[in-house]
Amino acid sequence: MLIQSMDDARSSPAIEVSGLRKAFARTTAVDGIDFVLPRGAVLGLLGGNGAGKTTTIGMLLGLVLPTAGRIRVMGEDMVRHRHRVLPRMNFSSPYVDFPARLTVRENLRVFAALYGVRDAGDRIAALASDLHLRRFLDQRAGSLSAGQKTRMALAKALVNDPELLLLDEPTASLDPDTGDWIRAYLEAYRRRTGAAILLASHNMAEVERLCDEVLMMREGRIVDRGTPAALRARFGRESMEQVFLDVARAGRGADAAGAAP
Amino acid sequence: MSGTARRVGAIMLRHFFLWRGSWTRLFDLVYWPVLQVMIWGFMTEFLAGKSSWVAQAGGVFIGAVLLWDVLVRGQFGMTLSMLEEMWSRNLANLFVSPLRPWEFAVALMSLSILRSLIGVVPAALLAIPLFGYSVFGLGLPLLAFWSLLLVFGWAIGLALCGLLLRFGLAAESYAWASVFLLAPFSGVYYPVATLPGWLQPLAWCLPTTHVFEGMRAAMVDGAFRWELMLGALALDLACIAAGFAIFLGAVASARRRGSLLSTGE
Repeated sequence: MLIQSMDDARSSPAIEVSGLRKAFARTTAVDGIDFVLPRGAVLGLLGGNGAGKTTTIGMLLGLVLPTAGRIRVMGEDMVRHRHRVLPRMNFSSPYVDFPARLTVRENLRVFAALYGVRDAGDRIAALASDLHLRRFLDQRAGSLSAGQKTRMALAKALVNDPELLLLDEPTASLDPDTGDWIRAYLEAYRRRTGAAILLASHNMAEVERLCDEVLMMREGRIVDRGTPAALRARFGRESMEQVFLDVARAGRGADAAGAAP
Repeated sequence: MSGTARRVGAIMLRHFFLWRGSWTRLFDLVYWPVLQVMIWGFMTEFLAGKSSWVAQAGGVFIGAVLLWDVLVRGQFGMTLSMLEEMWSRNLANLFVSPLRPWEFAVALMSLSILRSLIGVVPAALLAIPLFGYSVFGLGLPLLAFWSLLLVFGWAIGLALCGLLLRFGLAAESYAWASVFLLAPFSGVYYPVATLPGWLQPLAWCLPTTHVFEGMRAAMVDGAFRWELMLGALALDLACIAAGFAIFLGAVASARRRGSLLSTGE
């Protein structure tokens, strides 16, 4: 029985969400969403500010408790047994920072220890080499440029070789060259490891390039979903940027119609 | 090494790296205890010539100030470590790692032991050549006083960490000031009998009152009063249980309110 349930957990999707809802005192941030992220796939969460993307990621990480619904990550119930899967996943967000007075190497050593990484020194050296951080390893995190900080955050997110990576705007505030480089690195990581990636982004080019499927969110709901090509075709648009604008403006139109006397 | 020990060690490593790279933080740990010992040491020398009680109980003020600082450093050790994570907006990184909230609390407690040792031991050593008083002369009872005060410091620290999680950096001033509210009622520098009669039963509800009365009994009368230590221990156990409940409740509340992602901003 135990072996069977372990097999189930191994073959289950990276993320399985059903009827997920989060209500705060005055607002409903996420309102009954359902989706599945298969192993090895990349899923994009798209939506304007306040669409519910960050709250969804918070719930997937166990940082935010859902009001209703179910989240299973790699077969485990995220509300009850999050600590069983946290060692196998990781996340990065520009809204979370690192101790500025610690060097890059010190920060990575602390997180390697937290995640139980064996041969942490070798792992940090490999990540520093991959992410072009070798020169900065002994520099304080607080003195890094935005691009260097993003690469360090990515190194932290990859320190445990996660099977599931949650990325909230991974290339926000980066110059186009660094942003492109990060996207290429994520593509290579996914190919090499077969990791699943959930990506929340405002960068449509990034979403088109990386994502197998996209969820369009507005006011806490999934209003459309599909591959980037299918969404472009359905909206009769040439780019995801235009699709995004159509979805956002449809929401504003509905608001205006609702407010009309 | 077990997973728990490794994760607790990781949080301690993070603060060791911080101290190693910031001598101002280390200096800050030592500064106040040394300053307090000097003020009360010279005060004792002055009063010893005026009061037979002070002359007889030499070092009672220095012992009191050092032990009071064990409590203060014990509490600051916890809340300051928590504030460091909030100032650096690192809490979300920690809470999405395999670190469990109670392991985080144990790490903060372990750090507070180190902070109290780094802060109080140099001041205690300084008192020996300056004022000819060694708190270490108390012997084994010192270990009991130290431990009981440290545990109470943890209890206050845990409750204040819960407050910080609930109200964010808006509650920072309470993290610094709250413990001093207890000083007038704890009989740190004077016997509890000095307090008004109606206040004394309330004072006896604090573990600190039992410890400082016990300290004076040891220093003035040379007696180790077990009943005072047992009273302090019982109150400590109740307070630490309440502290854990408040801290873990605040973590659960922060998860419900979704504030862990933005704590510190």
